[in-house]
Amino acid sequence: MTSGQANAVKCRGVSKVFSEGELAVKALSDIDIDIESGEFLCLSGPSGSGKTTLLNMIGGLDVVTEGEITVAGRRLDKMSMSELADLRLHHIGFVFQAYNLIPVLSARENVEFVMQLQGINENERRRLAMDILEQVGLNGLEQRRPAELSGGQQQRVAVARAIVSKPALILADEPTANLDSANSDKLMTLMRELNSSIGTTFIISTHDEDVMSFAKRLVKMHDGEIVADEMQ
Amino acid sequence: MNTASKLSWKIIFRMAWRNLWRNHRRSLIMLSAIALGVWGMIWMTALMRGMVDQMIDNSIKTLSGHIQIHAAGYLDDPSVEHLIPPVNESPALQALLDSNDVTAWSQRIRVPAVIRSEREVYAVTLVGIDPARERGLSFIEESVSDGVYITSVDDKRLLVGRKLLDRLETKLNRRVVMMSQDPDNNIAERGFRIGGIFDTDPQATETSYVFGGLETVRKMLNLGTGISEISLLGHDYRQLDELKKKTQSAAMENADVKTWAEQDPYMGTMLNVMDGFILIWFAIIFLALSFGLVNTLLMAVFERTREIGLVQALGMKSSNILFMVLIESIIMLMIGLAAGNLLSWLTILPVQDGIDISGVADGLEWAGMSSTLLPALLARDVLTANAVVLVLGIFASLVPAWRASRKVPIEAITRVWQ
Repeated sequence: MTSGQANAVKCRGVSKVFSEGELAVKALSDIDIDIESGEFLCLSGPSGSGKTTLLNMIGGLDVVTEGEITVAGRRLDKMSMSELADLRLHHIGFVFQAYNLIPVLSARENVEFVMQLQGINENERRRLAMDILEQVGLNGLEQRRPAELSGGQQQRVAVARAIVSKPALILADEPTANLDSANSDKLMTLMRELNSSIGTTFIISTHDEDVMSFAKRLVKMHDGEIVADEMQ
Repeated sequence: MNTASKLSWKIIFRMAWRNLWRNHRRSLIMLSAIALGVWGMIWMTALMRGMVDQMIDNSIKTLSGHIQIHAAGYLDDPSVEHLIPPVNESPALQALLDSNDVTAWSQRIRVPAVIRSEREVYAVTLVGIDPARERGLSFIEESVSDGVYITSVDDKRLLVGRKLLDRLETKLNRRVVMMSQDPDNNIAERGFRIGGIFDTDPQATETSYVFGGLETVRKMLNLGTGISEISLLGHDYRQLDELKKKTQSAAMENADVKTWAEQDPYMGTMLNVMDGFILIWFAIIFLALSFGLVNTLLMAVFERTREIGLVQALGMKSSNILFMVLIESIIMLMIGLAAGNLLSWLTILPVQDGIDISGVADGLEWAGMSSTLLPALLARDVLTANAVVLVLGIFASLVPAWRASRKVPIEAITRVWQ
């Protein structure tokens, strides 16, 4: 499902101001960045630097105050809610920092969820879900509900769900935050393999040095601005 | 993106079903409320219908039948001056009464009279009947509790109500004297032996009517061939317009043809009001239910705000989220309806032969009610109750469902991301 676009993501003059009453906080300030298809990019920076806000904007979960974002060749600000939902469903995989899973579905059903919305048939869905759960080390835990899994296991289910249908772009917000170093390495290796084998674009926000070491490109943010952009 | 708009009913139904049972206690309370509400709708409607049916049935059986034919002016002055010719003198009417449109008919002489025992005197209505024709038409034969029913039109005994007998301080087989006026305004009187006693509801009937053989009463009143009234039964007391038209065209000139509802406007109005009253009753119960239903769903949606944001972020469309909440509501409504219907059936089944309300029968007698109340469970009332709860329940659920579907993903999951 790779898009085949030269630029998976293009941001031009992106600013975001959060307002509450008379109080306005500028979370992003005039961000310009091009992310090509197949990149493995890490956004790093301290808390409040704007990493998560930028991910939200790229994922079409929030709207920019100024500027424009293009994903898979389409301007997000020109799209309706329904079109954005379609874009997320077919082109973007999400891994959130916490509260990643649907509590009433088992691990396997959570992984199958997106594929089910995509209309993939049951047998294919089941096979893909079982394979990916095995790859993330959750063999035998497929039928457990999120409440019966540890934080790390839940995070691996979320990663499995994000990558199982091989979207063109995966947005991951601190994906290893709840994992030990061994599982963290395993997960990052899996994501890198996916990136190398089918060219999935990854944008990962992190402040974990180990995670950053997997990045091909490291973008550092501070106070809503990009302060460094390095190829590794 | 061609499959993006596909509605994945299976996953939506699965999530709705499981979400319903996440808060067992709240769901069970709501289900109980729906079940009790539906039970209240059906049970109370069955009782109200039973009550009205019984009042109407009593009214119809208390001599009125579905349609009555009198001489013009008889209802204002029910005396021997206002008589109509007997049925056998009117071929058109005879043909109608013998047709399939009419299930039973009878002709009577019915005049105001006075009954006198050795001790007391009471004003009553003396009714001369053809006993064979009254079977299935009026209450008379089935109410005989002591002695015998009138055996023929020439029977010289009287059938008297038990309460009247008590008031007259007399007994079965004793003699009484009946007095009335003949067509020449002379006193017409005759001695009768009490041959039978009847017990019926309402008890006022027992003190109002005294029955004798048609020909015996005719002779006592020195009447020719005339009669006071013809009473007939059709097939359905609600559908009498056509039969009334046919009766009017077949009946003799100047005859006054009236349905039971026209003769007893109170009962007729009661029947019309009942349908409206039942709908109002349904609306009141549903209103109470809908507050609980909307509140339950709003709470459920509020508790799942982040989850709704998550599924939106994963690509679930607003319409799917709306359907998910609606399906959750429909499942709850359907289970509640099933339980309510079962409860109604289980509670009506043991009392289908009647509920004894003799303790308050005297108070209700004015309304024509009996001491036994028979619940009347009509399929259309059950269907209406179910339809009201289901259809209006879905409409009420649109508010929380709409709210859930309109959430902005980032606002819904903001607590997670930042």
